[in-house]
Amino acid sequence: MTPLSQQAFREAMLHPEALVPETLRDGHGGPAGRRFSVYRNNVAVGLTEAVLEGFPTLRALLGDENLRALAAPFLRAHPPSSPLMFRYGEALPAFLQRFQPLAHLGYLPDVARLDLAMRESYHAADATPLEPARLAALPPEVLAQAHLRLAPSLRVLRSSWPLWQIWQLAHHDGPPPRPEAEDILITRPGYDPEPHHLPAGGAGFIEALGQGQSAEQASGAAIAEAPDADLPAILGLLLQGSALTAVEIAR
Amino acid sequence: MFDQSSSNLPPRPGVGFKAQHYTSILENPAPVGWLEIHAENYMGEGGRPIAMLRHLAERFPISVHGVGLSIGGEGALDSEHLSRLRHLCQWLNPASFSEHLAWSTHESAYFNDLLPLPYTSTTLARVVAHVDQVQEALGRPMLLENPSSYLAFAESEMSETDFLREVSRRTGCGLLLDVNNVFVSAVNLGLDPRAYVQDFPLEKVGEIHLGGHDEDEDDAGRPLLIDSHGREVADPVWALLDHVLALSGPKPLLIEWDNDVPDWPVLAEEARRAEAAQQRVTT
Repeated sequence: MTPLSQQAFREAMLHPEALVPETLRDGHGGPAGRRFSVYRNNVAVGLTEAVLEGFPTLRALLGDENLRALAAPFLRAHPPSSPLMFRYGEALPAFLQRFQPLAHLGYLPDVARLDLAMRESYHAADATPLEPARLAALPPEVLAQAHLRLAPSLRVLRSSWPLWQIWQLAHHDGPPPRPEAEDILITRPGYDPEPHHLPAGGAGFIEALGQGQSAEQASGAAIAEAPDADLPAILGLLLQGSALTAVEIAR
Repeated sequence: MFDQSSSNLPPRPGVGFKAQHYTSILENPAPVGWLEIHAENYMGEGGRPIAMLRHLAERFPISVHGVGLSIGGEGALDSEHLSRLRHLCQWLNPASFSEHLAWSTHESAYFNDLLPLPYTSTTLARVVAHVDQVQEALGRPMLLENPSSYLAFAESEMSETDFLREVSRRTGCGLLLDVNNVFVSAVNLGLDPRAYVQDFPLEKVGEIHLGGHDEDEDDAGRPLLIDSHGREVADPVWALLDHVLALSGPKPLLIEWDNDVPDWPVLAEEARRAEAAQQRVTT
């Protein structure tokens, strides 16, 4: 008897219309029939639940029924690539970009990226935050040349959509978003990630710090992006969010 | 080759840990003496899950239960995942590590379920090689758990109990006997659960699982039990546990409740029932 390959099992499992392989039996002399559906259901229900729980902002915006309808083709095209289910859905932003039925909601891929980034932040490594007094004690010319280290749980999302207002609408019944571009900063002061509206220039500032540039160079990057960048406000968000872990003084 | 069939778990009831019970467990754990975690939920870099686990591990023996290694898979084990397990076992130093006789990964796609395999000389050789590899990588013996079955493979050449006995004999691994799985499989495939237990190498059992199941029907209207872990352990499963313990003597017992998770007192009550079953064979 030819053994049933796991490839064949998998194909039959992922496609509800496929025939149940003949070598699967019911234990009473008959074919397995709908017993096989137990596996089909377990996998589909489990992955759909993972999408519903893993994308709370998409869920709030679309509703359970619509998100389930999105999850069904998504999980067939992109089953998890690892047993770490808390990472599941990494392919959803790109999938949404090409998903015709929701193409008119162009901001959804950014919303999916935001939900993924919140999860990444939740599971990121712990770090001891920098005492704000350490920065305050530095003479301005020393601070300008210093390197600021970012916490592993920090995430920055650039968006050409009003992503912060969309977040407020989804989770706090905010007003209808005005059409403008908004970036988001995620910090994790304790164990719970917090999204913040990141003022213009902030993304450039933080990305420059992440690349190892000095505070002065990073400020330059911020001003290049937004001439009126509010650098004290951006630095304040980072310090309050425990998002800086060290200041390294150039010698 | 490892040769340690029993785990280091205490002979008290344990429960599968759920984050919503964290505070209750720390304040009022009785009668629970140890906790089991799903390994894959603690493989992030840090954050609350790891902090909770570190804290719990200071107070309770921990059993690490893997659900994603795909020991019954046709392909090679995922070496990255094996490294993550090794890392977890190194810093946590758990009292026990267990995994399933099942597969879940095929060509790097992971299916979040425990999928069945036929019992043949080919699959036996593969499972033995995988268990050897896991025990070498972790530097400790593991327990292998019997699955719940909804169907059978025409190509199977041996019984599940013979298959598990042979894996244990060749690798030195211990076994995890899930009594609910025995009951579910027996009802689904028309077998006698007590005969299964009779054939099971109970001397190799390092842990016993108990969980709830749902009831459905197959095409012919016969009962089809689903291993759902979403309710209390059913009465016939408790009766089967008494039968097992009468034959095996006391074993570490664990309540699994993974879906529709109840408040702590309900779960603690299930653990009390397990404790009572344990006491019936120790006094």
